[in-house]
Amino acid sequence: MNAAASTTAPAIGPPMWLLLELTYRCPLHCVFCYNPVEFASIEHELATADWIRVLREARAVGAVQLGLSGGEPVLRDDLEEIATEAHTLGYYTNLITSGVGLDERRVRALKDGGLDHIQLSFQDSTREMNDFLSHTKTFELKQRVAALIKAHDYPMVLNCVIHRMNIEHIGTVIEMAERLGAEYLELANTQYYSWAHLNRDQLLPTLEQLQTAERTVNAHRERLGNRMRIFFVVPDYYETRPKKCMNGWGSTFMAVTPDGTALPCHTAKMLPGLSFPNVRSSGIREIWYESEGFNHFRGTAWMKEPCRSCDEREKDLGGCRCQAYLLANDPAAADPVCSKSPHHHIVTEATARAQAGSNVTERPLVFRGPKESRALLERRPPPG
Amino acid sequence: MSAVSQSSRPAISRRFRLQWEPAQNAHVLLYPEGMVKLNTSASEILKRCDGVRSIAEIVADLEQAFNRTGLADDVDAFVVMAMQQGWVELHT
Repeated sequence: MNAAASTTAPAIGPPMWLLLELTYRCPLHCVFCYNPVEFASIEHELATADWIRVLREARAVGAVQLGLSGGEPVLRDDLEEIATEAHTLGYYTNLITSGVGLDERRVRALKDGGLDHIQLSFQDSTREMNDFLSHTKTFELKQRVAALIKAHDYPMVLNCVIHRMNIEHIGTVIEMAERLGAEYLELANTQYYSWAHLNRDQLLPTLEQLQTAERTVNAHRERLGNRMRIFFVVPDYYETRPKKCMNGWGSTFMAVTPDGTALPCHTAKMLPGLSFPNVRSSGIREIWYESEGFNHFRGTAWMKEPCRSCDEREKDLGGCRCQAYLLANDPAAADPVCSKSPHHHIVTEATARAQAGSNVTERPLVFRGPKESRALLERRPPPG
Repeated sequence: MSAVSQSSRPAISRRFRLQWEPAQNAHVLLYPEGMVKLNTSASEILKRCDGVRSIAEIVADLEQAFNRTGLADDVDAFVVMAMQQGWVELHT
């Protein structure tokens, strides 16, 4: 290690959360997917040996929580081998899945290999909405997979992405999770990137829907106590201060995409003017501590006004860089969720349209899929 | 008054995993998509929550290991908190 690296390294904590997006292939077509809209252009997935090298190198620099995600990670035949290696290395290993493709044999093999936890996604508490939103017939399948997860004694997190079309079902989603025996329920209000950004006008709930949902969640929390913990991820479009994205850029989290690109957040690849290293040609230590992509938005030195002189800049670190790019067309701008941002009106205009409800039927929903991805690629120049 | 019986035997919940993390120079509790970084006292107590030793035995063990007396109240308070967090369960 050179002298420069050894002086910068101690100030930066380890990449404790490692997310491996093993594939972009997915049997579902969710309208709120955060995978890049151009995912169909990414063809070469890393081989098993590459993923295992990434696991070893990241563990050596302090990664401890591991997410195996996608796309649908169960589509990789080597999932068991990767999970087993992760367990041997000392990771706490989380499988993040739609459940499609998980059967008794694979659930058991993953358990034998040491997989710690399975997070299962639902789209709704009703078959109609679940199947409509994912463009599949998967509702019953997910119920069966939930039972398999419990039968093999995994802790189970159910995840349901929340938006205008299912937010009024939030009480029955909670009851369903309780019935299925989930230890944790994540009610994740849609974050508007990628496919969700394309469909934002149809997905953004009204303020009244949101407030009613929060009351419902709180009533159930009181009733449930510690039996099932509910995380309600607040939608930032209705906030006036941005969230501290990923606990701070390059502070805790590293994602590796199916083709080996290492990113400081799930969607950072969209940001123009930044280059992100690939694990095929760079080691994890070098990527985390020395790469331009991971260093660029660390700390506060990159900030412009109004962030630069803001007394809350350390608290939220200027919010989300992807949201700044998507809404203000500048990755170094203040997150427009912030009421101090000169672009805040873009957010309030979107929420005003949601209140009026006039926008919902004007455009069809865009379902995530390879065909739609290729069509979007043809319509827009590649980013960056 | 103690909130837990001195004879009950606390164990780390099977929903949590206690492990040493060299990169953080600390013990941590791992659970789905989350982690609690423990200070030295917390980890010394939790390391002894094996479902075999009683609370009284854990206190005695800690007092001997650290050459201290009067740790019973601290251990009790920690075990009560750890139970509320779901980190430990009591075996009776």
